[in-house]
Amino acid sequence: MRFGEEHQELRTAVRSLLARHEGAAAWGPLTQQIGVAGLAVPEEYGGAGCGPVEVHVVMEELGRTLAPVPYLGSAVLATQALLAAGDTGLLPALADGSTTGALAWAENGSWRPEAVRARAVRGAGGWRITGVKDHVLDGAGGSGGAGVLLVAARTEAGLALFHVPSGADGVSREAHTTMDLTRPQARLTFAGAEARAVGADGDRILAHVRDLACTALAAEQVGAAERCLELTVAHVRDRVQFGRSIGSFQAVKHRLADAFVRVESARSAALGASWAAAVGSPDLSRYAAVAKSACSEAFSAVAGDMIQLHGGIGITWEHDAHRYFKRAHGSSQLFGSPAGHRDRIAGAVVGPRGPGAERLA
Amino acid sequence: MSSTEKFRSEFRTWLRSGLTGEFAALKGRGGPGREHEAFAERLAWERHMAAAGWTCVGWPREFGGRGATLEEQVAFHEEYALADAPARVGHIGEQLLGPTLIAFGTDAQRARFLPGIRSVDELWCQGYSEPDAGSDLANVRTRAERDADGWSVTGQKIWTSLAHESQWCFLVARTGQGKRRHEGLSYLLVPMDQPGVEVRPIAQLTGTSEFNEVFFDAARTGADNVVGEPGDGWKVAMATLGFERGVSTLGQQVGFRRELEALIGLARRNGAADDPLLRDRLARAWTGLEIIRFNALRMLDGAAAGAPGPEASIGKIYWATWHRELGEVAMDVCGADGMLADGAPYDLDDWQRLFLFSRADTIYAGSNEIQRNIIAERVLGLPKEARA
Ligand SMILES: Cc1cc2nc3c(=O)[nH]c(=O)nc-3n(C[C@H](O)[C@H](O)[C@H](O)COP(=O)(O)OP(=O)(O)OC[C@H]3O[C@@H](n4cnc5c(N)ncnc54)[C@H](O)[C@@H]3O)c2cc1C
Repeated sequence: MRFGEEHQELRTAVRSLLARHEGAAAWGPLTQQIGVAGLAVPEEYGGAGCGPVEVHVVMEELGRTLAPVPYLGSAVLATQALLAAGDTGLLPALADGSTTGALAWAENGSWRPEAVRARAVRGAGGWRITGVKDHVLDGAGGSGGAGVLLVAARTEAGLALFHVPSGADGVSREAHTTMDLTRPQARLTFAGAEARAVGADGDRILAHVRDLACTALAAEQVGAAERCLELTVAHVRDRVQFGRSIGSFQAVKHRLADAFVRVESARSAALGASWAAAVGSPDLSRYAAVAKSACSEAFSAVAGDMIQLHGGIGITWEHDAHRYFKRAHGSSQLFGSPAGHRDRIAGAVVGPRGPGAERLA
Repeated sequence: MSSTEKFRSEFRTWLRSGLTGEFAALKGRGGPGREHEAFAERLAWERHMAAAGWTCVGWPREFGGRGATLEEQVAFHEEYALADAPARVGHIGEQLLGPTLIAFGTDAQRARFLPGIRSVDELWCQGYSEPDAGSDLANVRTRAERDADGWSVTGQKIWTSLAHESQWCFLVARTGQGKRRHEGLSYLLVPMDQPGVEVRPIAQLTGTSEFNEVFFDAARTGADNVVGEPGDGWKVAMATLGFERGVSTLGQQVGFRRELEALIGLARRNGAADDPLLRDRLARAWTGLEIIRFNALRMLDGAAAGAPGPEASIGKIYWATWHRELGEVAMDVCGADGMLADGAPYDLDDWQRLFLFSRADTIYAGSNEIQRNIIAERVLGLPKEARA
């Protein structure tokens, strides 16, 4: 589990580009100059033919700056859903960044495939979809809105994946006001919207996309947590109280050492999942759940420490600390909470849940 | 098949045929809190391993090892744990002193001591800690003086694991003055079987006794038995600590997995597995175990690339804390049963021993607090502690 030279080059390229282009404006150069949108797309569909480890590197870097670009929603979720479905026609336009994709998936706050209630019915003119989707990353309309809209919906035969053409009737998009201001989400309502089936095996597709999404998000959480730690270490070295730098107090030092252990152990977990995804390990689901739960908790804890150790300025709107803290909260709940993922792990390693908690006196 | 897999399967095959007959009963014996169990039989087993060339596998071939790569050493520890083979008795010599002599010893010292470690004919103990020198190791008071025929050692060591079973002790003693406390220390190899050495066992919280007080009263050792230059022992002592926190811990996650799996089995049997809070804690323990493994793999990759990096301190804090928490979960899984020791005089079960003995994990080989200081100062670059 080591990065090679080409990974370091990719990291350097993404980092220096993000230093030159702030905010959403980074997306154009990221796709045109580095080709991030097509990194994990096979060459035959216009991509670079790389895989989860390269995605990991990009996500770590995006996490460091909380870049508000549609990488996760488009280059990971939509692209991987199409690849898993084997429907490749839309990939070239996503890979070169000329359009972005969105996957309309979660309902009632859940990303579990079983939670999908949206329905797809076949009529004379093809499929029609009805239902409400929340937390659609970069799913709002307008200029930055996604051009390729994918929707998970239930048919009589089970869960399936659909493509809703842009401009189709019966689709309304409404931006959520998110606590984390750096990652836009939308509610999409479908009222008999026209759709084309892209994958009939929706349970498998969504389970796989969830594994890859958790893996990628874990890497982003590591990058963000690492940045929190760097900024905090720099602050406690500079800030003087009681005539010495506050970083010389052991209560502070030990807290940061623990943060370092958290960040590096989270990185181990995220890397483990990325490598498992890269080699197609049958244990990917478990490693993804481990990574998502551990990295969520690590980022939340380190972002919390960042506020505490910055004192008063840590709770101001001007300082970046709250942006990291809010992103930590948002990404912790995205694709399932840490406890939710541990519940999945418990199902696998402890066994099915029994009748109750009698022992809890 | 990769060379690691070949190595693994060769060792597995040997273990399978080796752990039979007189040795079959040794499965699962020994280990922290249970070092007294079948010690003589485990010693015989380890000599049997040595005869087949399965001790000191990580040492270079020229020193009697197999020159096993780090990956092969991990495979070795994994297979050993998977076979439920008894806890090792010669690990202090094999994993701490051996690599130290290979790095810093003279040819004569290597020729004299490495074969005895490899054949498990000589067991070693580590004489670092003293009543006033634990975390503050540079504060050792034990003195060694050079005279016409060698060294004379006087002082007291404490918490010396397996000193009562050992023929030799490697220790840190003050041999001269220095401007800084780290100067003037020497790393000496001292025979235990002599009138000037007294070993007194210390009872531990489990009721058993694995470590000791060791008193040196003009104890003798040869002029040649100093490793590195006299007065320059700190560097050698630190290298040994590096070995202690590094490779030797790589294999332990397999033993941890065995413990966790057994605990989950108990939770299923006694109904604890239905308790949502305990399910979460068991799943959290599982998550931590995967991270211990990935941390170790990263440390391996870093070491293979020539730069072990800070992963050793991360690994130590992480696994030690994890193991301690596993002991706490175990007591909640056991519930009310965990309050009772089964039988007289004080016969604890595996879970009670885990609960009690895992408290030591965050203390020995550099306590969590000392590891935090190392990370804060050497990795994060925060200001040093004020020192007396
Ligand atoms: C099971 C076991 C086996 C052992 N085997 C051996 C052995 O074979 N050979 C050997 O030489 N030693 C051995 N030891 C000793 C071990 O290395 C020491 O116990 C350890 O270094 C801690 O030293 P101490 O016990 O003197 O505690 P102290 O150094 O007195 O520390 C007490 C507490 O204070 C904290 N503390 C101390 N200094 C600082 C600081 N600067 N900042 C913050 N906190 C601090 C410590 O972390 C600890 O929590 C063993 C210990 C155990 C538990």
